[in-house]
Amino acid sequence: MKHNNMLAMILAGGRGSRLHELTNKVAKPAVAYGGKYKIIDFPISNCANSGIDVVGVLTQYESIQLNSYVAAGRRWGLDAKESGVYVLPPREKADVDLNVYRGTADAISQNIDFVDSFSPEYLLILSGDHIYKMNYAKMLEYHKACGADATIAVIEVPFKEASRFGIMNTDETGRIMEFEEKPAQPKSNLASMGIYIFDWKLLRKMLTADMKDPDSNHDFGKDIIPALLNDGKKLYAFKFKGYWKDVGTIDSLWEANMDLIGKNNELDLNDSSWKIYTEDETTLPQYIGPNAEIDQAFINQGCVIDGTVQKSVLFTGVRVGAGAKIIDSVLMNGVEVEEGAVVQRALVADNVKIGKDAVVGSADSEHIELVAKRVKGVE
Amino acid sequence: MAKAFGIVNFGGRQFWVEGMQDYRPSGAFSFLGRYRTVDFPISNLSNSGIDQIQVYIRRKPRSLVEHLGTGRHYNINSKRGRLHILFSQNGVDHDIYNNDIAAFLENMEYIEKINCPYVVIVPSYMVYTQDFSALLQTHIDSGADITLLYHSTENAKEHFLNCNTLDLNKQKGVLALEMNRGTAKSRSIFMDTYVMKKELFIELVQKAHKASSMYSLSDIVNQACQELDVRGVSHRGYFASITDFKSYYDANISLIDFKTALSLFDPEWPIYTRTNDSCPTQYFEGACVKNSVVSNGCLIEGSIENSVIGRGCVIKKGAVIRNSVILPEVTIGEDVHLDNLVVDKHAKISHVKEVIADPGHPEYIRRDDSL
Repeated sequence: MKHNNMLAMILAGGRGSRLHELTNKVAKPAVAYGGKYKIIDFPISNCANSGIDVVGVLTQYESIQLNSYVAAGRRWGLDAKESGVYVLPPREKADVDLNVYRGTADAISQNIDFVDSFSPEYLLILSGDHIYKMNYAKMLEYHKACGADATIAVIEVPFKEASRFGIMNTDETGRIMEFEEKPAQPKSNLASMGIYIFDWKLLRKMLTADMKDPDSNHDFGKDIIPALLNDGKKLYAFKFKGYWKDVGTIDSLWEANMDLIGKNNELDLNDSSWKIYTEDETTLPQYIGPNAEIDQAFINQGCVIDGTVQKSVLFTGVRVGAGAKIIDSVLMNGVEVEEGAVVQRALVADNVKIGKDAVVGSADSEHIELVAKRVKGVE
Repeated sequence: MAKAFGIVNFGGRQFWVEGMQDYRPSGAFSFLGRYRTVDFPISNLSNSGIDQIQVYIRRKPRSLVEHLGTGRHYNINSKRGRLHILFSQNGVDHDIYNNDIAAFLENMEYIEKINCPYVVIVPSYMVYTQDFSALLQTHIDSGADITLLYHSTENAKEHFLNCNTLDLNKQKGVLALEMNRGTAKSRSIFMDTYVMKKELFIELVQKAHKASSMYSLSDIVNQACQELDVRGVSHRGYFASITDFKSYYDANISLIDFKTALSLFDPEWPIYTRTNDSCPTQYFEGACVKNSVVSNGCLIEGSIENSVIGRGCVIKKGAVIRNSVILPEVTIGEDVHLDNLVVDKHAKISHVKEVIADPGHPEYIRRDDSL
């Protein structure tokens, strides 16, 4: 807590059910992305790079993998004294019964004692399932400069998509005058990124009241933010420019992976000044065989490739046999594509095998095909 | 509980990898893009359940110390185990006296302190995998005083020059250690790997010191063959000895073949290394990569054939790299053609458009050089 007196809490309990089989056994923040990462590596690495020492991760849905993964704070350098990543699933307490987290605000309310134990001045609330690089220290500076009670990070979205988001209507100074959840006729295109900085004392008071309100959804967007605005508190919008993606569906997860291909891609994971840290795998380097043809691809270590790879992202240890073709596709960890098989516009889940000469996906499909089960070869 | 502790030893003066070794000890050589040679002996020890490991450094310690760190990445138990880096400090100014025996003597108190009855001594400059717990058991079962690991080869005329060979009798008893001068095809190459009791090891170190200040461990073991029961155990699988420039180049190139790589790497026997959190490698339009080993963090726009590419290299448009070993963080500029080279770390080649060496005679581009 020595750096900036701000503690971060990452909401990582959601399932992300529109990711289908990918989130059958793991929560959405634990879904793999970008060849070697998990989505939650982004907010945690952002915290580490922003000088935040203590990060709490609120887990709920299928949390076994996520709990053990985030608990090893060393991976992000968050293991010095007075620093750490704390896993916070719902727990039984001496004076309260065990309750699941009923909403984003309730998840924090149930951990007021945890936050108090660090007595921070500011609390940063993050989503565990967004892909972006952001310096939260800059946002805190802005929060202080505005003398804000709460600051919400916003990103400009195209007006025609604005009705899918929580929209902030601000005055010319950036002060938020109104918040509209998924408005039919949006007045602004500033979408909330689900990133909040609160003065902890104020938020603590709000949460305590919210817990007792039987009509509340216990949600930041639906309850806490409107209540703050009603009370005339000073809420400011912090404009973020850069890559930001909420990968809610197979199509958008595929797209976010595809965004990594090509020069000058906006996320730029190769930037050594803002590295995204993740688990290190002990695998071989990439083995590119004599028959391989690789054209515009993002490929991680441990892959063994002897076929054609075009505009695709290959995660750790993918194998592509001779004569196989991978086009416009995302192949997750350990996928094996046997000789002669063709994979096109598909997202293939961990360790799935695609047999000899099989054909998966098609060039002109409307949606990306999710392949989560073994595909038999053609005899 | 491990019955043995490990010593990772450095090479003697007969070994010199031209160019590369000016900058770092042989254990710190980048190997196959993402490793350093010392990763192999330390991973072997760690995978064998040996978690008290001493790494001796004769000279230029910086890069090796940085790479080893606390040893955490080698999966050594961080409380019970230890990766201990030890230096040969007295010898640095007098290279001729700066051998392994001098280093062991200087650090004798740390050897005596370790509470293990046996020691496994392995070289930092040889690449192979071996289960040392099995080797230790063989040693104990045989009743031998010293067990030496060797690799049989039919290529001793051209390869493994200046390495020791074992003169074995039919019962695999070692009669003597002899240097390979390239006079015969068929040899049992000594892998500079020893198993013996800790007491005997200490005794031999002291004896060597009394006999001659220039005696190395292999010299005193050679002498001991006359009075002790010294036996050889044959190693199977991939083996490379990084003892001169050509062998460094050859070892890297040989592992481009995936089948050969499978004789070294086994998923059940991981080779650990230090991560540097680089992102996956990006292949851009125009890239053409065939029959090569590529590490993470590279940006590739040019052509690569039959080569090893280290972490974080940039290969620009129109560049052609053939039969070369490119160390980490090298930049190869537009339309530069390279053939049969070892390009050391951080080098930038952009102005000179062609550097081509003869097949079989690879050449070396210096660390940090701009061409």
